[in-house]
Amino acid sequence: MSQSPNQHGLAEHSHGAVIPLQIRIDRPKSTSVSDFPAISKTQDLWRYLDVEQLAGLDADVLAEYKEQVSFTSQEGLSVSWIPSTDSRVGAIGIPEDRVSAAAYTNASETLLVEINSSLAEPATISITGVDKAASALHLLVVTKPQVEATLVLDYRGIGVLGENVEISVGDQSRLNLVSVQTWDKGSVHVSAHYAKLGRNSFLKHTVATFGGDLVRITPISTLSSPGAEVEMNGVYFANSGQHIENRPFVDHAAPNCKSRVTYKGALSGDKAHTVWIGDVLIRVAAEGTDTYELNRNLLLTDGTRADSVPNLEIETGEIQGAGHASASGRFDDEQLFYLQARGVTEAEAKRLVVFGFLLELIQRTNVPEVIESLSKVLEEKLEVN
Amino acid sequence: MSVLEIKNLHVTVETEQGVKEILKGVDLTIRSGEIHAIMGPNGSGKSTLAYSIAGHPKYTVTEGEILLDGEDVLAMSVDERARAGLFLAMQYPVEIPGVSVSNFLRTAKTAITGEAPALRTWIKDVRESMENLRMDASFSERNVNEGFSGGEKKRHEILQLELLKPRFAVLDETDSGLDVDALKVVSEGVNRAHKANDLGVLLITHYTRILNYIKPDFVHVFVAGKVAEEGGAELAERLEAEGYDRYVKAN
Repeated sequence: MSQSPNQHGLAEHSHGAVIPLQIRIDRPKSTSVSDFPAISKTQDLWRYLDVEQLAGLDADVLAEYKEQVSFTSQEGLSVSWIPSTDSRVGAIGIPEDRVSAAAYTNASETLLVEINSSLAEPATISITGVDKAASALHLLVVTKPQVEATLVLDYRGIGVLGENVEISVGDQSRLNLVSVQTWDKGSVHVSAHYAKLGRNSFLKHTVATFGGDLVRITPISTLSSPGAEVEMNGVYFANSGQHIENRPFVDHAAPNCKSRVTYKGALSGDKAHTVWIGDVLIRVAAEGTDTYELNRNLLLTDGTRADSVPNLEIETGEIQGAGHASASGRFDDEQLFYLQARGVTEAEAKRLVVFGFLLELIQRTNVPEVIESLSKVLEEKLEVN
Repeated sequence: MSVLEIKNLHVTVETEQGVKEILKGVDLTIRSGEIHAIMGPNGSGKSTLAYSIAGHPKYTVTEGEILLDGEDVLAMSVDERARAGLFLAMQYPVEIPGVSVSNFLRTAKTAITGEAPALRTWIKDVRESMENLRMDASFSERNVNEGFSGGEKKRHEILQLELLKPRFAVLDETDSGLDVDALKVVSEGVNRAHKANDLGVLLITHYTRILNYIKPDFVHVFVAGKVAEEGGAELAERLEAEGYDRYVKAN
């Protein structure tokens, strides 16, 4: 506990960018599993995980998700299964790791989600796992130019899923994509998102992870057309034994693009583990870039571990701004004392602080159903410990 | 009419050098509507007394008792003490990131009274109290104590005192770090709460300055963990002239 009453929890600290072991654009890309070595902790990409935790997602052969996927139709939205040999598949992003390659190779069909005109209501793709068979899934989301839409990817049930999600945001389109992971205990989900943004387009990309033994999501936003803007948000809560890993990457490849990356997480219980690796690359051509990335973690109990590493590679000095911040702090005895001294019980104090910390990012999704259901999930997670 | 009694209170704290006794038998009785000033040099145990009444886990009571209308305060948890009517205005209020002042005040009020306050009157009460303390309306949307100046933190403490309406308030060096204008505003807040709620006040201070604005009925000089001398307001005037040297030397 703190030694004096004036000490407090979330001490903000900023520090110099960590130089990555390998510069990001040199990372090998392939759709073939055999092009990647067997996964081990000695590889930077997998250093926080034991290979056993992947529950077979690194294997050559995986089952496929199809019946587990459901959706409803609405005007402006077209959803269909297409063969993964279709030339549109793989046009946005190619795997950068072995699990992504395994999922790519094994998903013989791809769910094509086309947003042809602005959607009146949020569209939802529901992925509900039913068993622990290691499986593959490929989604391709294509937003036509000048449309505005909200798409929710809702993952739940029991599952072991390796996945690739390709996202193409058309010129001047605004896409609000929310990926919600409330898997049951025992589930494993490793997903690579590849988003490519058109000229003057806007993508709000939210990853909300609350359930699953291991959930690792690696979203890449490629800003290769001028004037594109991406907001990448993440919110997570790891209880005892859960491993939640987020590795967002923003590739600034065109001039005058903007990115904001904000991930916040809470940890509670023995061996709750979260990892955040935030990469930003500003290429030579990306003059006028404006980028900021932030990760904050709130440690509610002893025995938790939050790894947080921002990486910034800058190849041009002609930028508007580039910054990052990373802070992990404890909900400490002094904060608890302050709230209790105002009559608030310990449980209510924790609730107040955690909701204050995480709710803002959940609310930023602007999807009422998501906000409501995740608020309930948060309440449940707080009761676990 | 309520009464807060502190009887033969002994308190220890764990330090790197081992367990150290800070309070060595404190006796003090405060009744509703009374203002007691506790004055003493640094390190005499004034803040320890404040935090021990509130129940901070860092301090261990080894002997004695604290009674609120005969109820055993030491048997209560920190939040139970607050709900029983005790309030501590802290010298170093901590930041609570992510929790807005307005959310915090409403949560605390609900906890203290056992039911959510009626929204319209509550909003009006908060606004009035904030205006009285010369706090900008935007204050309520800021996170609790986050980026507050020293003066803002103290105003925020007194804002809570006025809104939560406790029976007894311990003010732990509320005057420290305040300029004359802020000291006046904060003192007016304490006097308002005192008058409105027949509040019993335990005013802990190092300096006599605040006593120009908040008039004590009793003054207790605190030295080396106990009350060394007691008197009326005139005792404070003597301390102003003579300082604490006399007491410190005697120890």
